Amino acid sequence: MSGALHPQISLYAAIAVRSFRRYSTYTAATLAGIFTNSVFGIILSFAYLALWEQNPSAGGYEADQAVTFVWIGQALLMTIALWSGGATDDLAERIRNGDIAVDLYRPVSVLGWYLAADLGRGLYHFATRGVAPTIIGALLFGLVLPSPAGAAGFLVSVALAVVVSFAVRFLFAASAFWLLDATGPRVLLSVLATFFSGLTLPLNLFPDGLRQVALALPFASYIQTPADIWLGRHTGLDLLAAIGLQVLWAVVMLAVCALVLRAATRKVVVQGG
Amino acid sequence: MVDAVRAYWLIAALWIRASMAYPVSFWTMTLGGVLITFLDFVAIWLMFSHLDTYGGFTLREIALLYGVTSLAFRVADMLVGSVEKIGQKVRSGDLDAMMTKPVPVLVQLCADRFELRRLGQIGQGLAVFAWAAPIVEWNPQRLLVLVVALVSGVVIYFCVFVTFSTIQFWTTDASEFANAFTYGGNTIMQYPMTIFPREVVRSLTYLLPLAFVNWYPCLFLLGLTDPFGAPDWFRFASPLAALALVVVTALVWRQGLRRYRSTGS
Repeated sequence: MSGALHPQISLYAAIAVRSFRRYSTYTAATLAGIFTNSVFGIILSFAYLALWEQNPSAGGYEADQAVTFVWIGQALLMTIALWSGGATDDLAERIRNGDIAVDLYRPVSVLGWYLAADLGRGLYHFATRGVAPTIIGALLFGLVLPSPAGAAGFLVSVALAVVVSFAVRFLFAASAFWLLDATGPRVLLSVLATFFSGLTLPLNLFPDGLRQVALALPFASYIQTPADIWLGRHTGLDLLAAIGLQVLWAVVMLAVCALVLRAATRKVVVQGG
Repeated sequence: MVDAVRAYWLIAALWIRASMAYPVSFWTMTLGGVLITFLDFVAIWLMFSHLDTYGGFTLREIALLYGVTSLAFRVADMLVGSVEKIGQKVRSGDLDAMMTKPVPVLVQLCADRFELRRLGQIGQGLAVFAWAAPIVEWNPQRLLVLVVALVSGVVIYFCVFVTFSTIQFWTTDASEFANAFTYGGNTIMQYPMTIFPREVVRSLTYLLPLAFVNWYPCLFLLGLTDPFGAPDWFRFASPLAALALVVVTALVWRQGLRRYRSTGS
């Protein structure tokens, strides 16, 4: 870390680096996860190929684009912590056992601290459980490669996907301040995220009405938007609009997180920790 | 054996009581499980808005395949799904404590944290099956094949859970490895085998015989012969596949237990 950076920035960078390292110690878990994601990628690829064989332009995708969509989904589900996990699980646990009081007294923003940690984790999962299954998918099925602009847009979009997903998970974890146990909300979040991110089925295959709603929700930022950018469905101004919507969700959700945290802080002070 | 079953239910009953201590959490988890599996099927249904038949099968025929594998898988998951946590038990030292008790370790592992909320997912599988059932022309013979297939299917998935969790005796944090075969197995069997290459179907017949959970028996229920040309008697061979797997699983499990060295914690 260079000392020339703003001290706050280098602090967050240090948090992210340590979080990255923490996750990189579990090599066997990473390998097992890559294997499992790849198995599901193979199953879904055959499932989609059969669909597109019957209907070659379903949802406006070609068959090879549909298969690429499958592997992007498998690559991103850990990166965005689709089924929770990551820094927000630590938060829920610390709220439950009271350690959160210590976090609130630190001279660092709680939101910034956890976001930095989650970004470090996301980067590790992207570099391992994201890249490896994609290579396997490319070897087995041949994937559509993005244009240079598409690739750049995809990377920006994935970074935003992690931020949006983090903010949503943070909100659900913070419900523990009032409910004491965030298990229930976490399960419901998994349900919503699995279905509305495009993991079970690309949102463009949803019927009219449901499709428009699904595409406007923050969950679309998780997989659908990055995948469509990779596949070149958003170009030029449309690409900026797609990324703009992700930025909007990221900002709105983080703002709500900050408000909730403020209310929670008052509550903790009243309770005496 | 009788003792083992009794011990299993005693431990399971304990965990059921424990989970009921937090009714709100219990019902939310149950509802969540039902919703996840329900949306799973909704995705297949949405696929059909773009198709008439899928791999040569109608939506209701696929619902039959889906219902049979789901029922078998979810029952097995409720009864023995906890075996996935071997690695955790090794790391925490709980496994050593289990070794000293007069109940087989496998029974203790399977009954540990018994989750009654899985009943919700069994219910979802049952609902999909019930919706598909009218397309079968039922007679005593078909009913018998269905019941035998379901029982065999539970045994087959039980074996898959145990066999692929055994790896955790060697690498304690590889619990996700088993998911590829358990959850992955249930997912692959939700589709008609006609959408897969012949090699995949062969593997699911001779290597990891999951096709005997629902594919072969359902061919009989629907009065079809196998499009891949498998012998007709395969449609009744689910118990044989289950038996073969039980033998393999027993061997693998014994090896795992014998090789186990405590972490010393």
